[in-house]
Amino acid sequence: MRKLVPALLLLCAWAIAENPRTLAIRNAKIVTVSGPVIDKGTVVVRNGLIEAVGENLAVPAGAWVIDGEGMTVYPGLIDSLSTVGIPSLAPPPAGRGGRGQTTTTPAPPPSPATAPATAAAPVTPAKGPEDRPATTSWILAANEIDPSDHRIESVRSAGFTTTVTFPARAIFGGQGSIIDLASAERAGEMVVVPAVGQYLAVSRGGGMFGGFGAGFPNALMGYIAYIRQIYLDAEHYKLLKEAYAHSPRGMERPPYDRALEGVLESKRILLPANRVVEMDRMLRFAAELQQPVILYGMREAYRPEAAPLLKKYGSPVLVSMHWSEAPRDPDPEAYRTMRSLENIDQGPAAPGLLQKAGVPFALYSDGLDQPRELQRAVKKAIDAGLARQDAIRALTLSPAEIYGVADRMGSIEAGKIANLVVTKGDLFDDHTQIEMIFVDGKQYKPAPEPPAGGGRGATEEPGVSQ
Amino acid sequence: MRKSWIVALAALAPLYAQNIVIQNATIMTVTKGTLQGSVVIKDGKIAEVGEKVMMPQNATVIDAGGQYVIPGIIDCHSHIAVDGNVNEGSVSVSSMVNIKDVINPEDIAIYRALAGGVTTANILHGSANPIGGQTLVLKMRWGKDAQGMIFEGAMPGIKFALGENPKRSGNPQGGRGATQTAARYPATRMGVEDTIREALNEAKDYKAEWDEYGAKVARGEHPIPPRKDLKLEPLKEVLEGKRYVHAHCYREDEILMLLRVADDYGFKIRTLQHVLEGYKVAEEIAASGTGASTFSDWWAYKIEAYDAIPYNAALMQKKGIVVSLNSDDEELMRHLNTEAAKAMKYGGMNETDALAMVTINPAKQLGIDGRVGSIEAGKDADLAIYDKYPLSDYAKVQKVLIDGQLYFDRDSDVSGRPAKALEKQKLIEKEKQSQPKPAGGRRPVE
Repeated sequence: MRKLVPALLLLCAWAIAENPRTLAIRNAKIVTVSGPVIDKGTVVVRNGLIEAVGENLAVPAGAWVIDGEGMTVYPGLIDSLSTVGIPSLAPPPAGRGGRGQTTTTPAPPPSPATAPATAAAPVTPAKGPEDRPATTSWILAANEIDPSDHRIESVRSAGFTTTVTFPARAIFGGQGSIIDLASAERAGEMVVVPAVGQYLAVSRGGGMFGGFGAGFPNALMGYIAYIRQIYLDAEHYKLLKEAYAHSPRGMERPPYDRALEGVLESKRILLPANRVVEMDRMLRFAAELQQPVILYGMREAYRPEAAPLLKKYGSPVLVSMHWSEAPRDPDPEAYRTMRSLENIDQGPAAPGLLQKAGVPFALYSDGLDQPRELQRAVKKAIDAGLARQDAIRALTLSPAEIYGVADRMGSIEAGKIANLVVTKGDLFDDHTQIEMIFVDGKQYKPAPEPPAGGGRGATEEPGVSQ
Repeated sequence: MRKSWIVALAALAPLYAQNIVIQNATIMTVTKGTLQGSVVIKDGKIAEVGEKVMMPQNATVIDAGGQYVIPGIIDCHSHIAVDGNVNEGSVSVSSMVNIKDVINPEDIAIYRALAGGVTTANILHGSANPIGGQTLVLKMRWGKDAQGMIFEGAMPGIKFALGENPKRSGNPQGGRGATQTAARYPATRMGVEDTIREALNEAKDYKAEWDEYGAKVARGEHPIPPRKDLKLEPLKEVLEGKRYVHAHCYREDEILMLLRVADDYGFKIRTLQHVLEGYKVAEEIAASGTGASTFSDWWAYKIEAYDAIPYNAALMQKKGIVVSLNSDDEELMRHLNTEAAKAMKYGGMNETDALAMVTINPAKQLGIDGRVGSIEAGKDADLAIYDKYPLSDYAKVQKVLIDGQLYFDRDSDVSGRPAKALEKQKLIEKEKQSQPKPAGGRRPVE
């Protein structure tokens, strides 16, 4: 009976009035992330924002009340590097790029890039930097968001209320946007921040960007040279534009260059780095370009050299949860490098080690979009030494801080956006049920779980490739 | 694995950081003859070489009784320690790319080169383009990061390439190294020359543009600077003599062509690489002051490599060319000492001249002979210790020092192997344990 009441209440709240303007979750454990955990408290939500949170709060008159007895309220999870909302960038169902296989070759950019390019593709191979190969720096993810992307519901069911979605399909892919995963009529309602930084890749990931045509650049050093040239050009372009704006009379008009416009508008860049060698290379490169940088990938961030290096530069990093996996049915004769074995064995320990070292980091899904996959991936990091509260932070307040939006999301505080996850049991535990998700104060129920082994493209183990 | 190895090295490092004396060795200095005696190392530099030396205080002694010390081997043509493709083959002129951006200090080939006595290597871009990428010189400081590998102060270079490789790289039917997608100019040797000349013309204009800008600034004006072009910057440096050209070439006609081109534009080719027909035009090469870096007896792997002879190195050397022998290959790189020895058989070189071709001569070609390439007081303590006469197939490298630090030690390598194998086996076992059991009934069990 005691169990039935909240259930009934829930049902009523959901069935009768889907989206009350004011609601209160009572008697719940509240993990605020920014402050101490409230063992039994109330969260009041009004007009899509958190109005109040605390132990002995009066429930406003007329509010829908949800009895949170036995439940825990968390801030909505933020996926700090995603393509959710841009359906054409969904990873292919099978054979998504696992990360455990590469050894000395440069790693392909993590899975957000494993999608076929759909943008209008020039066919002629680029002959040099002047052709601006694989460059769509002017694109904003916000302008490409399609509320009908089926991954929105799937990811939301895992507790993600927010994604930082990037048009991750080129060398200069374009700028990412912070997206609230609401079922909106219009895409614009989902956009929290339209431009948070430029996504850069340094490989075409084995022909994934085939639509952009082959040609320059082709080798890793070509990619780096190209990116360097673009920043030199942007600097020069700025000079010319300023001079022309100052006195156009008698001065040749500098040609408009959308590639450079997009680069100049980006306040930070995201660069890929999986190996420690790549971290070193990319941190130096970003310093040379004088661009604030976020590194993504971090497969080898567990190595002892990694944390001190990252700490030295102070740049935040995004750790892929697409952990290296042991090959299924490995060929016993196949030569396995020590490094690949260590990556599998120790990869998930990286977040815990970064936490200890004080490196600012967030976790990202890297193409995982099934709730169970995501939950298992986080659990792996917890099992490998990341404290649960730090795991939660790495998926809430930390990404909000990294992208400079901690003033509006990432924790349960009065005035912040009402993005919440309500669970029975601790988040990321095997048998924990997500009961409700709130995005911009609107309530969602998790999608029913697909039968085991089913679901779109789900494999039994997350991230298994080939 | 690497970790434990680095720990082991770190433990050794203090011993070798300060003063070291290598005693009782046969010392082949290359430039100052061969003697029985000692090498004294202080702070990474060779302090003294002689039959009798002053023993510094607190010196670590390496007893090399019955063993041979030679200068660390220098490979003038290598492609190891590079992340990603060694060719930016998409364009005919890829001078905008730089090996420096893609150094991979974790390439195991570095350690293997060390085990072959190599301490320094010139890391080149590939030969897919008439003008290729920028190159640099690395010391084989295994365990250091990318920056720590760089031979500080060594002149940077650029790769040029003539003949079959740049021709066919742009040809869809071109076979090995050809791009799959699009035809690329040039497809003939004439086109290769034209491509180089056109690029140098562009570089001349570019240089003029910057010189004009510099003059205006010097006059106190405030002009907008010209666009910085990463393709033309290194070519401007070539014209200004600030960057060496290492040119891949085979045939006599194209060798002469390139020397003429360099003459026309007022710079020198620093080295001709491969240069298998160099013996045919040795006088002209010598007259131009160009170095030659060739193979001992590796040929016939393509048409332009058919007219080669094993006497090439010796013949070029007799005409006064500074000649080196290179590997162009991570396996060959491990026994350049025997490559040098072959010149004693083919061409009758004495042992010093032969050894010079993998030590002081490549050092001269790379402009680093003031620092390395021979065992002389004041030079970097980059040394290889062999158990036997180094110009022999039977000689094995025992220890390699760079800057007076031990980077390779055969004994600790060999004795460390069982522990490493065990560590790896443990991980494989652990992985097996954690593998989910295959679901029942999915696969027939036999």
